Amino acid sequence: MEDTANEVPLVEMRGICKSFPGVRASDEVDLRLERGEVLALLGENGAGKSTLMNILSGLYRQDSGDVFIRGEKVDIRSPRDAADLGIGMVHQNFMLIDTMTVAENVVLGMPSLPFVPDMAVVKRSILELGERYNMTVDPDAYIWQLSVGEQQRVEILKQLYRNAEILVLDEPTAVLTPQESHELNDVVKRMQAEGKSAVFITHKMDEVMAFADRVMVLRKGRVVAEKTTRDTDPKDLARVMVGREVLFHIEKGPFEPGAVVLELKDVCADDERGLPALRELSLSLRAGEILGIAGVAGNGQRELSEVITGLRPVKSGGISINCVDSTNKTPLQIIRSGVSHIPSDRMAVGAVGDMSVANNLAMKDYRAAPISKGIMLLPRRILEFARKMISAFNIATPSPETRVKFLSGGNIQKTILAREIESCGSLLIAVYPSRGLDIGATESVRNELVAQRDAGKAVLLVSEDIDEILSVADTVAVMYDGRAVGVMPTAGADPEEIGLLMAGIDPSEKETRL
Amino acid sequence: MGLITSLIAITLRAGTSLVYATIGETYAERAGILNLGLEGIMLMGAVSSFATAYYTGSLGLAIVVALGVGGLMALIHAFLSITMKANQVVSGLSITLFGTGFASFLGQRLGPESNGRYLIGLTGPRFAPIDVGALGKVPILGAILGQDLFTYGIYLLIPLAWFYLYRTKNGLWLRAIGENPRTADAMGVAVDRAKYGYTVFGGMLTALGGAHLALAYTPGWSENITGGRGWIVIALVIFSMWNPGRAITGALIFGGINAVQFRLQASGTNVPAAFLNMLPYLATIVVLVAITWWEALSKRVGSPASLGQPYVREDK
Ligand SMILES: Nc1ncnc2c1ncn2[C@@H]1O[C@H](COP(=O)(O)OP(=O)(O)O)[C@@H](O)[C@H]1O
Ligand SMILES: [Mg+2]
Repeated sequence: MEDTANEVPLVEMRGICKSFPGVRASDEVDLRLERGEVLALLGENGAGKSTLMNILSGLYRQDSGDVFIRGEKVDIRSPRDAADLGIGMVHQNFMLIDTMTVAENVVLGMPSLPFVPDMAVVKRSILELGERYNMTVDPDAYIWQLSVGEQQRVEILKQLYRNAEILVLDEPTAVLTPQESHELNDVVKRMQAEGKSAVFITHKMDEVMAFADRVMVLRKGRVVAEKTTRDTDPKDLARVMVGREVLFHIEKGPFEPGAVVLELKDVCADDERGLPALRELSLSLRAGEILGIAGVAGNGQRELSEVITGLRPVKSGGISINCVDSTNKTPLQIIRSGVSHIPSDRMAVGAVGDMSVANNLAMKDYRAAPISKGIMLLPRRILEFARKMISAFNIATPSPETRVKFLSGGNIQKTILAREIESCGSLLIAVYPSRGLDIGATESVRNELVAQRDAGKAVLLVSEDIDEILSVADTVAVMYDGRAVGVMPTAGADPEEIGLLMAGIDPSEKETRL
Repeated sequence: MGLITSLIAITLRAGTSLVYATIGETYAERAGILNLGLEGIMLMGAVSSFATAYYTGSLGLAIVVALGVGGLMALIHAFLSITMKANQVVSGLSITLFGTGFASFLGQRLGPESNGRYLIGLTGPRFAPIDVGALGKVPILGAILGQDLFTYGIYLLIPLAWFYLYRTKNGLWLRAIGENPRTADAMGVAVDRAKYGYTVFGGMLTALGGAHLALAYTPGWSENITGGRGWIVIALVIFSMWNPGRAITGALIFGGINAVQFRLQASGTNVPAAFLNMLPYLATIVVLVAITWWEALSKRVGSPASLGQPYVREDK
């Protein structure tokens, strides 16, 4: 090696190339990570961030290029090889087994585990670790019972448990609330203080500034910039990342609400575990209004969208849509009453990955002409319809016949959005619609929601991003522990007050105590 | 021997081969591999073990040969499903078609000149029920103890298979593979190697079930000696909810109805024999469907999520 001994980087990737059918995901990428450093990998969806890190963690194999760890050339053929080198990755799509417990997931695949593991010991260390890093999870809970935020914690605990020296976090904050992001930042800082290093993948500029020492910007598989965070700012980064100036502003017509479209009265419902998720929740939403639901994930937001769309039974109370009772109706009946739904779990609920873009677009309209005739679907009409939607919504796809799972996250989201908006009668329910999207896609999704409102539809927007709610919604309701604890117009709302409500603190009480 | 005790004895004997194959297939399916070749593997296990026992007089060697034949046939299925990513249903059915035909062919060619090269009708060494002396007279216990070594084997195999799957590290790995091979892979489990291993292991146990038929249950070789047990096993795996601890229940239902049916035939009823022969299959299917349906409704259990699907690491 030409470097002197104490300047050998912890990780060095040289000239990495990786192609998938039709795309060059990594194109001669060089990457360096020093000991004790946090490196941000910034780029839009599809820029090749995950691919590069999947190569480092042994899940993908590079077509060409070399990887050096602590100065030595290594051949990483599997995730096991990577783990042996101290590399641990928290993947963008959770690598968790739903039907197993937290403890089982944490120890999965660890070679050092005894043949007959003592799960009591494992659980105790998980609790200890959770306390040390301030991210507790019940080790006996099943993954399917946890909220996305909690699942993310399990993912990070898994790597802490393995004592990974080099931690790769692939868009970890995409599913976290602002508070949880802060907690994560603390965890990363603590690991850094312990001499560990991290690669932090994101497409959010402010996170680069908060988490990282250095940033590497990727665009279309190539490195387009490399800077220390001290020498840059979010605006500069956004320009390099997108390749043009970005506007952070949304145009909105005047707020002129019409008749009440959605009304919930004292709705109660349970979660999967049979525990109360909604407690006497009452809300109302008018035509031409966007109601933003703020709150920390796991306070009943998912259940709220599910009771409205008929996916979860209501135990007591009532829901009416356009003054017609829709309590405990089937999803089909609710779709027919003019409700559209953009779910949070896009791949599982919102789209069929193995079906074409065209079929996914037509999925809700297949029952009626012109797409079908009797029980026959008309494939040519479906394609025609799809082409129209693809151009109207700017969906980047090689063809209408491409399978949806091959699109980037932003374009999958746009596909669902296009379908739901096209079929929307009077009420659109959007759950975390911009989660995981890059700036460009986020911008177009938000604009589309506002356009629907301006066209006189009622929009329920569930979001964990307070800024998104304040800029897009007309009214905000904060959910805490299954209740709506504060409902107020967004004009003039104080973000700090909303933050306190989200944490379950009544702001008026706090003032009296001060 | 009392009626109950003798029914239990026959039930256990009739269920033994099913337990071996059910546990074998449970393990393969837990690794995500559906093997519809069971019927063919059982038949090949039966014919190869009987021929070996007949010519060498060694029951130990007969078992080794059955294990080898079963393992080899499952290895073909593993290669087609795991490495070649073939359709597992097609591959499994081919194994059964091949196994059925080839076992029948061997049964007509491997025999001695004196028997016209047929294996049918010959008697060879067999596993006899163990004589436990006075204990054999004790009701119920006598039925459990007065069995051949194969049946003793399931007394050990069932708890061991359960313990391995639910209490050991490798069992956890195995359950993870069937549920979500991508996650297991990303967490450092050698997915393909395990899939190969458990598929081959399943084939070996299945062949052992076949060997039990030819060496102990109905000693000798006859065409279609399995009587479709390989197919019953596919249903039993579902019924047991992929839990080896429950393999015994399903096997006992089938074995028990068989026992009752034997009794009826022996007592000379005027119900047609063909109907009685059909009874165990019919009743097993009805009971399985009813119970499985009821359980699937009441519990959150289902097949391993990746069952039958090939896993490709770099697929999206
Ligand atoms: N396993 C795969 N098969 C086919 N194409 C893939 C696969 N993984 C990634 N790609 C493609 O490679 C490109 C880069 O993807 P990715 O690395 O996931 O981007 P990012 O993480 O920056 O959003 C995209 O065009 C994506 O569709
Ligand atoms: Mg990515």
